[in-house]
Amino acid sequence: MSALTLSNVTKTFGTTEVITGVDLDVEPGEFCVFVGPSGCGKSTLLRMIAGLEDVTSGDVKIDDRRVNDVAPAKREIAMVFQSYALYPHLTVRDNMGLALKQAGTSRADITAATDKASAMLGLDPLIDRRPSELSGGQRQRVAIGRAIVRRPKLFLFDEPLSNLDAALRVATRIEIARLHRELGATMIYVTHDQVEAMTLADKIVVLRAGRVEQVGPPMELYNDPANTFVAGFIGSPQMNFLKSGPLGLSSAQMGIRPEHLEISTEAGQIAGKISHVEKLGGETLVYVLTEDHGLLTVRLFGEHDYQVDAPVWLTPDAARAFHFDEHGQRLRPGESSAAGRATP
Amino acid sequence: MSARHSLPRSIAAHGILITYTLIALFPVFVIVINSFKSRQAIFREPLALPTRETFDLIGFQTVLAQGDFFQYFQNSMIVTVASLFFVLLFGAMAAFALSEYRFRGNSLMGLYLALGIMIPIRLGTVAILQLMVATGLVNTLTALVLVYTAQGLPLAIFILSEFMRNVSDDLKNAGRIDGLSEYRIFFRLVLPLVRPAMATVAVFTMIPIWNDLWFPLILAPSEPTKTITLGSQVFIGQFVTNWNAVLAALSLAIVPVMVLYLIFSRQLIRGITAGAVK
Ligand SMILES: Nc1ncnc2c1ncn2[C@@H]1O[C@H](COP(=O)(O)OP(=O)(O)O)[C@@H](O)[C@H]1O
Ligand SMILES: [Mg+2]
Repeated sequence: MSALTLSNVTKTFGTTEVITGVDLDVEPGEFCVFVGPSGCGKSTLLRMIAGLEDVTSGDVKIDDRRVNDVAPAKREIAMVFQSYALYPHLTVRDNMGLALKQAGTSRADITAATDKASAMLGLDPLIDRRPSELSGGQRQRVAIGRAIVRRPKLFLFDEPLSNLDAALRVATRIEIARLHRELGATMIYVTHDQVEAMTLADKIVVLRAGRVEQVGPPMELYNDPANTFVAGFIGSPQMNFLKSGPLGLSSAQMGIRPEHLEISTEAGQIAGKISHVEKLGGETLVYVLTEDHGLLTVRLFGEHDYQVDAPVWLTPDAARAFHFDEHGQRLRPGESSAAGRATP
Repeated sequence: MSARHSLPRSIAAHGILITYTLIALFPVFVIVINSFKSRQAIFREPLALPTRETFDLIGFQTVLAQGDFFQYFQNSMIVTVASLFFVLLFGAMAAFALSEYRFRGNSLMGLYLALGIMIPIRLGTVAILQLMVATGLVNTLTALVLVYTAQGLPLAIFILSEFMRNVSDDLKNAGRIDGLSEYRIFFRLVLPLVRPAMATVAVFTMIPIWNDLWFPLILAPSEPTKTITLGSQVFIGQFVTNWNAVLAALSLAIVPVMVLYLIFSRQLIRGITAGAVK
């Protein structure tokens, strides 16, 4: 049994195909994150699951029931939007209770449900206010409360943290993770921020231009990316991509994470000069301009002093390198003899 | 002090606006003061305020003695308010459909409805009259309400659909997920958010209807269906014009639109400055 199944789902607006055949299985209780750059179709896919957008072809199943032609309100889902989308004319309590009221739940049950959700999210002091009297963070908590009250089979989040400032974003992120543990509900979460994806997900779905690039747990995507896109998207700062030719490799490209590049002022494999240094306290990021590979990032732990324009040498840790073919697909050791690690 | 709020600039801006206000209000002012003067005083010194000697209510007395004047007022009021109601209701509904739903011929339909802004409805007067004769609606207020509703719809749909496009999709979708019907979404979520635009449309629709002489004259000239503008014409003769009565009738005719305007104006100002001030 699965909480959500997408089989070969596509979506076309006019003549442009926005989603090109997505297959996906989400287990009950799983936290699944759709991640990808802006405009890749994450929201469209989520809105198709919610029933707000028709499916051009393919099947959407929630709890093994085909819901292609079921109205959003009847799919037993709840959605939290980036813009909060609270009803401006209703109080916090009525915002949270509206769905139950529409479904014909008794007054006492509605009050019990809203009370419970508001206690869970610390909304009690705000319960009689209107949305215009709340801060951004409070509004988003009310929106989450509105979703909880419905006890849905599926929670859908569309970039719920994008409008919050950095500190609130972290706090709300932790709150959502806690809710997921407490409710044990299935959640689908859309974001363009790979940090949110890494920290929240049981399973990440990386999307590009309406296509699934890779599906897997966060660490699997980090340690075993299927192609250059996933490798570059997951992990911050971004992975460095080096041309294989100057390194004497037979693959087309080599990827190396910034922490796996060794920097030296005396000798190494790749010559370059420092173009910029960022000191973050706990770590230092050094940007090195090289002739063959362009700008490379090196991540060092602790504080380090480097002069801009000073010549340096970089050496990639061969054991930690990823190899890709000319189409950007990963070459795994043993899969192809062309992936030979001809490192000296 | 920022450049936007410097003293000379704000004096200049206020100066220009006050001058414009005075120019715009002057004719109205002349009409109102002269309606309180005797006939000789109107012609001797048209711009003077009424004094103890020249003060005269003869105009108002004539108008009110005319008997049916309240009837005319009532007709104008019924026609204006009813037309306004239908223009706003159907205009908003059509605007919502055009801006919210994707269907075949959506933009063509929008264009067709907007065409009415450019083509005056009076061009169709003959056809409209034939239609009204055929349906037996000549000399009824219904005829006027129908014509004015048709006349007001294009601009209303045009303005309102622009505003409705700006209403958050997320809000409407939240309503759909919570199980609100499309009608509830329209009336409870969308309409309150476009209230300033509705007020703007209301004012622009109401004034031409109230002032219109053409259609009342053609479609409903009978005594019981005369509107105030048509009713006032009895004082303008081919040879003699009862200026006291004309001016008094005009002064009285300003009052109801003023009241309606005041009702909408608070919203109207918000509508005009929407977007400019956050
Ligand atoms: N109603 C629509 N009509 C036409 N194109 C659309 C519509 N909605 C979204 N798109 C297009 O679909 C693509 C994916 O959009 P979206 O799902 O919002 O991306 P994301 O949420 O990943 O940023 C975009 O290129 C967008 O322009
Ligand atoms: Mg989006």
